[in-house]
Amino acid sequence: MIRLTVLRLFLGLATLWAASVMIFAGTELLPGDLATAILQNSATPENVAELRKELGLDRPPLVRYAEWLGRAVQGNLGVSLSNQRDVVEELAPRLRNTLFLAALATLVAVPLAIGLGLLAAINQGSFFDRAVNLVTLLTISIPDYLVGYLLVKYFAVRLDWFPVLANVTPETPMGDRLWLTFLPTMTLVLVIVAHMMRMTRASVLSIMSSPYIEMAFLKGLSKTRVVIRHAFPNALAPIISVVALNLAYLVVGVVVVESVFVYPGLGQLMVDAVSKHDLPLVQACGLIFAGAFIVLNMIADIVGILSNPRLRNPR
Amino acid sequence: MSRAIGDVILDVTGLQIAVRGSGQKPGPVLVHDVSFTLRRGQVLGLIGESGAGKSTIGLAVLGYTRAGCAITGGTLLFEGRDIRTMSATETRDLRGKYIAYIAQSAAASFNPAHTLMQQVCEIPLRDGRYTQAEVRARAIELFRELDLPDPAHFGDRYPHQVSGGQLQRAMAAMAMAARPDILVFDEPTTALDVTTQVEVLASFRKLIREHGTAAIYITHDLAVVAQIADEIMVLRHGRMVEHASATDILQNPRQDYTRRLVADRAEGHPIVSAPDNTPLLDVSHAVASYSGLVRVIDDVSLSISRGDTLAVVGESGSGKSTLARVIIGLLPRESGDIRFEGKSLPPRLKHRTRDQLRRIQMIYQSPDIALNPNQTLLEIIGRPVAFYFNRSRSEVRTRVLELLRMMDLPESFIDRKPAALSGGQKQRVGIARALAAEPDLIICDEVTSALDQLVGEEILRLLAKLQADLDVAYLFITHDLGTVKRIANKVAVMLKGKLVAGGDTSVVFSPPLHPYTELLLSSVPEMRADWLDEVLARQDT
Amino acid sequence: MRIFGHRPSWPAMIGLLIIAVFLIAAIAAPLLAPFPEADVVGDAWADADATYWMGLDNLGRDIFSRLLYGARMSIGLSLVITILSFTIGIITGFTAAIAKGWVDTLLSRLVDLILSMPTLIFAFVVLSVLGTDLPVLIVTLALLDSVKVFRLARALAMNIGALEYVEVAKVRGEGLWWIITREILPNAMAPLIAEFGLRFTFAFLFVAALSFLGLGVQPPAADWGSMVRDYRDVIALDLPAPLYPAGAIALLTIGVNFVVDWMLSIHARGFGERA
Repeated sequence: MIRLTVLRLFLGLATLWAASVMIFAGTELLPGDLATAILQNSATPENVAELRKELGLDRPPLVRYAEWLGRAVQGNLGVSLSNQRDVVEELAPRLRNTLFLAALATLVAVPLAIGLGLLAAINQGSFFDRAVNLVTLLTISIPDYLVGYLLVKYFAVRLDWFPVLANVTPETPMGDRLWLTFLPTMTLVLVIVAHMMRMTRASVLSIMSSPYIEMAFLKGLSKTRVVIRHAFPNALAPIISVVALNLAYLVVGVVVVESVFVYPGLGQLMVDAVSKHDLPLVQACGLIFAGAFIVLNMIADIVGILSNPRLRNPR
Repeated sequence: MSRAIGDVILDVTGLQIAVRGSGQKPGPVLVHDVSFTLRRGQVLGLIGESGAGKSTIGLAVLGYTRAGCAITGGTLLFEGRDIRTMSATETRDLRGKYIAYIAQSAAASFNPAHTLMQQVCEIPLRDGRYTQAEVRARAIELFRELDLPDPAHFGDRYPHQVSGGQLQRAMAAMAMAARPDILVFDEPTTALDVTTQVEVLASFRKLIREHGTAAIYITHDLAVVAQIADEIMVLRHGRMVEHASATDILQNPRQDYTRRLVADRAEGHPIVSAPDNTPLLDVSHAVASYSGLVRVIDDVSLSISRGDTLAVVGESGSGKSTLARVIIGLLPRESGDIRFEGKSLPPRLKHRTRDQLRRIQMIYQSPDIALNPNQTLLEIIGRPVAFYFNRSRSEVRTRVLELLRMMDLPESFIDRKPAALSGGQKQRVGIARALAAEPDLIICDEVTSALDQLVGEEILRLLAKLQADLDVAYLFITHDLGTVKRIANKVAVMLKGKLVAGGDTSVVFSPPLHPYTELLLSSVPEMRADWLDEVLARQDT
Repeated sequence: MRIFGHRPSWPAMIGLLIIAVFLIAAIAAPLLAPFPEADVVGDAWADADATYWMGLDNLGRDIFSRLLYGARMSIGLSLVITILSFTIGIITGFTAAIAKGWVDTLLSRLVDLILSMPTLIFAFVVLSVLGTDLPVLIVTLALLDSVKVFRLARALAMNIGALEYVEVAKVRGEGLWWIITREILPNAMAPLIAEFGLRFTFAFLFVAALSFLGLGVQPPAADWGSMVRDYRDVIALDLPAPLYPAGAIALLTIGVNFVVDWMLSIHARGFGERA
């Protein structure tokens, strides 16, 4: 088991490294190169070549990758092309905002989704279950921005309970911050709860239909005891992986939601950077998003390994 | 049977169980008007083929029906109280404490997340009548009674850490832990190998007799139930066919169906006539392994002549099916030789000629996965005709119709897909497909084990008739030694990839026997009540 | 009506109806649309009335007509991406399952690697460099999506390939082409079609999201995602304009998901069996 965990950790690190290669390759090696991107319309062969030399782009890609990675590991992500500011300084407040939003959504969504998912699974086939199934199927089909705009339309414009835009600044006090981010949080919650709930229900159901659950009922155990003692320990690993998978989705979904509410987070920053061809910034944002995604997936797998009785107690 | 049989403890009258219908329409009825009584210390055997409703009745005794089903009629009196009218709390109290259940697959019925001890102790600890220490001591005592290894520490293991036979016995310990009045055994030995089955069956019988527990023993195997039951009820399509003492069922069956169940084992078919001596297939010193590591076929030699039936027998993991794959060429042999009519066959399938492929055909265990569900019988049976003999469409159709007639299948089936056929009919299609290639040798891999007893017997009869008509040779892979004695003139006994005995059936199965052959032979349940006693007596000496 | 020998559930029927209506709208947009897509026909943000069913947009164009034309871009683009990703995914997936050995290991590890990374982020990176030409968009998304098709196709080919009727065909001496087209593919059809629906909704939502972020379809071409983006500001004025394209996106996705949900549920019961 320890071997498997270590192996998975190692695999996670390898994936992180591969992600860095792909991000670097994607931004530096593809045909449209940095110099052309910076100069855009004013690009002539001469000044492109000059800029390439200035930026060190004429050196072999492997050397540049090694330097870039070396600096990135030390926390130096380069300088933004659009405003010449240090990328890390640019990122830090944005990252804090995004993490705040994601954490808030997680805090609300995870207990809600697991609770509803368990309820639906236990009362399988009931009216509640079918209603929830239909509603969540509808919800997962609705794009994040429609959910966002519907919330804005009714709660911000019609009722005027919350602001339309979530323009927080580092100075915004906690209370105001919660009020400002209420609608973006709700949007994220609605979107991931549906996914997470459906997956929780499915994994609990697959366990509830196994022969050892029938056996537990035939032993005369109460439904509560069967669910808590016999189904839950086996459902834990699949549920945790469901949660991690959705949190990983959250990391990405945040981009759209931030755009809807013009929330100054990492996602907005990345979208701006992409449209301005600000490559160092795109690289940095890509690294952070990919890192979060990979680490969450890795955690899910490791929890799965640790909670598997067959692996915990080898023959 | 000199056991004390006491008062009536369970009285079932007019039991009816049906699938819940939608709206006004009632669903199909699974169990019709079944009545029986069970006395303290008595063992009732419920026997029938698949779909007979025997497990449904067993579960109903615990006040349980599978999803979508319901008890729709009759009474189930346990000590005078009707199980049907009990509240949910009363039913829970009944289960485990008074009536306990032992499932077919212990491997699936134990929770992988808890130790065996935790699960065995769960019922007696449930309502706090006993202390943890008392219950543990009792569980260890039960492990000892059931001949489990290292009883003191056996319970500390997790389900995946013990063998199938041990797990099945651990399940009996779990059922006995709260000293119930009735045990319901639901096909508890079906998933086990024959030699393991004997041990487990003996443990169960010892347990029931020593504790004087009443039991309902559900199985499809009349010979097994004969060893343990006082009374036997024969069921078919959810109805009772016959209910009598075990001795009467075996010796004086009154109903035609029961007579067929008993007779088909007892009678036996004549040995296939001795063939001429030109070897058709000759396997010599064949060796094969998976990914070059685990040797699964180790120096196996055998030969089959035209008209022969060679049975390859062994328990699961003996390599008997692997041997078929080596002969076919799906698993290339590493050394040794396989000759067909004196000519060496290439080890790999893809190096063999079309004619070499045509002359060895195969019939599989599960007709469900051996027939492409998306093709009609015309396509399934007709393809070998078109592929090997290059016939026109109309010729193929004529040939398929002819083959269907040979299989006693209606000609109208030609445009149907396998899903519309029963298990026995699908197996006939499998045979027809093999015959369509006009082979010299047919490999039959456990062809009857997925079928009900009577259906399987018909398939065996059909195969014998075809052999007499067409003079094909069979390589018959089976774990069922009962079949072997009747249909095979040659036999090869395999154990862990090696051949332990081989030759004419009459020689291999007569003394002096190889010890493993003897163990296998003696483990095949026989249809008389004192068989198990004899086996145990022999093993003790 | 029966599909694969099963009667569609009522949500599936509704789903099929929605899909049919949207397809017709996309194909027949020039015939159905009351106004040309780029014509200014009145004042900006004019309210809906009998002539302009959904009102006019930021430049005074008819929103309903633009919605119909947008369907061509949104649905067409996603279909092209899905078909391309299926072609790539099925070919590589079947190859991996049949070739086994190092080919399978290599392809599978590569796919595992791509799946353990966030797709949207990579699409961003690639688009930021290559720009947002339609061919770039199509190839990028199709490649990223094809890894999921690869997984399914490989698993199906492996599972079905291990069944005895395929072994029968191999032992008979049948060629690879016969085995794939006659034995494996017909039995893999139902899950593949369900997956096609899922992949389509994925591509469809993805393209719409990219356009919404301003990184997908570029003006003057219109698709629903960029329409939401163009109209987003008036949400604060309580105008429904952005909700029409966003609602269209949601409705089509719901329709496809209803059908997929039903197909997966009959698949769980087992194809070939009469339910």
